[in-house]
Amino acid sequence: MATVIPGASCPLPLTQHAHVLLGHGGGGQLTNQLIEQVFLPAFQNAALGERHDGARLRMGTAQVAFSTDSYVVRPLFFAGGDIGTLAVNGTVNDLAMCGARPQFLSCGFIIEEGLPMEVLQRVVQSMQSAAAAAGVVLVTGDTKVVDRGKGDGLYINTAGIGLIEQDAVVAPSSVRTGDVILLSGDVGRHGMAVMAAREGLEFESLIESDCAPVAAPVLDLIASGIPVHCLRDLTRGGLASALVEIAESSRLHLGIEDAAIAVREDVQGACEILGFDPLYVANEGRFIAFIPEDAVDAALRVLSGHDVSRDSVRIGRVTESPAGLVTLRSRIGATRIVDRLSGEQLPRIC
Amino acid sequence: MKFIDEYRDGDAARKYARALKRITTRPWTLMEVCGGQTHAIVKFGVDELLPANVELVHGPGCPVCVTPLELIEKALEIAARPGVTFCSFGDMLRVPGRETDLLSVKARGGDVRIVYSPLDAVEIARQNPAREVVFFAVGFETTAPANAMAVFQAAQAELPNFSMLVSHVLVPPAMEAILSAEGGRVQAFLAAGHVCTIMGFTEYEPLAAKYKVPIVVTGFEPLDILQGVYMCVKQLEEGRAEVENQYSRAVKRDGNLPARQLVREVFEVVPRKWRGVGEIPSSGLGLRPHYRRFDAEYRFGVADQRTEEPTECMSGLIMQGRLKPHECPAFGTVCTPEHPLGATMVSNEGACAAYYRYRRVRLESPAARS
Repeated sequence: MATVIPGASCPLPLTQHAHVLLGHGGGGQLTNQLIEQVFLPAFQNAALGERHDGARLRMGTAQVAFSTDSYVVRPLFFAGGDIGTLAVNGTVNDLAMCGARPQFLSCGFIIEEGLPMEVLQRVVQSMQSAAAAAGVVLVTGDTKVVDRGKGDGLYINTAGIGLIEQDAVVAPSSVRTGDVILLSGDVGRHGMAVMAAREGLEFESLIESDCAPVAAPVLDLIASGIPVHCLRDLTRGGLASALVEIAESSRLHLGIEDAAIAVREDVQGACEILGFDPLYVANEGRFIAFIPEDAVDAALRVLSGHDVSRDSVRIGRVTESPAGLVTLRSRIGATRIVDRLSGEQLPRIC
Repeated sequence: MKFIDEYRDGDAARKYARALKRITTRPWTLMEVCGGQTHAIVKFGVDELLPANVELVHGPGCPVCVTPLELIEKALEIAARPGVTFCSFGDMLRVPGRETDLLSVKARGGDVRIVYSPLDAVEIARQNPAREVVFFAVGFETTAPANAMAVFQAAQAELPNFSMLVSHVLVPPAMEAILSAEGGRVQAFLAAGHVCTIMGFTEYEPLAAKYKVPIVVTGFEPLDILQGVYMCVKQLEEGRAEVENQYSRAVKRDGNLPARQLVREVFEVVPRKWRGVGEIPSSGLGLRPHYRRFDAEYRFGVADQRTEEPTECMSGLIMQGRLKPHECPAFGTVCTPEHPLGATMVSNEGACAAYYRYRRVRLESPAARS
């Protein structure tokens, strides 16, 4: 490191935050801090320690995956989906990422006083359709109503249980040097669809969310005997955050190619305008899979047989070092780090 | 994608890099003025394609980074007042004042909102007559026309509850400050393309002549930057010092005349403090007396409030191209994007943030050198 410059000083740093900021929920560095400094020390146990999309549990002779997620999206309806489809598919996908067959969901509604009944009906209807499409059953639930002004219309929490039918562990700890990283389609659509609906931004074409259940292709991979080492859906924080989490927990290096990652033209354009990086924008129907090299062709054949993963491609590979880092080769051939986002992506000035 | 993909093409980039290598006979130091260019350079690794003796140093063109502590403190104070709705572009919210930032003010109950245009703030004022709506007008010449339009519309509608906290800065005086500073080593400039989209580039012609520096108006994609560097080096090698326009698909010599006229109508040139640099004469814009009733500094009685800047902040050295981010002893250790010491680490366009995000570990990229 360089020498200290005489007379140089910087403004005082902000120390730990005394209040929870929105960024603590953004899926980036601040969220990670919250998990490591507040939640993990309090609840520490083996299942939680794996830090996967869901917990892997043994109950008697059965192995199950258990996961939960809360949905606070604004607006409730957007192109390509609504809070109901998200609440079902989000939890279904988290279970699928553990290599589990999603089976049962619970559902908690937190409703703001004054929500039009018609809105609730629509949401419930789309939850039912999404559940049917994903092959899961909503078996228990809860309802709370809060005072007007104390909620954003409607919040939904779902939790889900899925059965793990294979012995191999699908988790970051199973990632090995030489694994190939597959991506199941284009990225960035969900986040930009919600952004456009929320902020009333109008682009030339309608950007639709990619919200969809991905359990079918994942279970098909496993059923076809492909040794799936790890899976991760690319929700909050996008592709980049998912890769960083896996690099850190596996202590391996993930190298990806920018040119291999598909971003639809309208999504790219919207991101350019707002100063967003599509690699960090949320998806609700995309995942990455870590597969040994010799099984990649077979895996791509299986994935291309399902609509939701039809455009799967290889985007990179796992190597030993630099351990714990994700690097990206840019389109002009230079290599750089892909980092976790600090807080939320904030629209820039110019 | 049209106007994106063709400017990120790897083969074309390498072709330019080879041409640049052919014409370079001596070491040269160039400064890219704009923070958007800095980020593109580091994100795409444009500097890795340059010959070893062509160095890019990073300039002061990050609006978030140069906004003085004093203005941030005023913003924080106004935003925390009951009855105030404080509107800002997103990336100002994380910039630390002495003790807090706008995100924390929001978390403690302040009505702080991210808007995409100052006109959105005018609309909020129109719809909420009982609230004082303040827009934090930060930026270079690029954002000045929209901010001028907001004040102009508020004046026409006689909106009594809209005001603007203005921290507008201008590029040419900052370039002159860098050129006239002792020990300066910048031999040519990539001027900021978007600033010139508004202002044109006639103001740079006297600078190029007086200081004998080539100035090339440059865009923001990797190929734009490579071409800008090529044009600068070509001038240096040939002993010329002219203003040239690489970004001709967006920039005309006289810029956008109606936009400039609107800016002149609402704003006047004033001295401005630059964070980490100090006061530069005639280096910013302030509201003309005719529009002073929209000046948040007067409306909230904070015009005379002073905040001492640290005498010489490291980020100031970085923004003047005298120090590279990784040469700062605090870089990546006590200063990170979560706990920034200076604005250069916070902003999307800040040089330190770019280095931290993309380069905090030195990586080999043999492909880039071939």
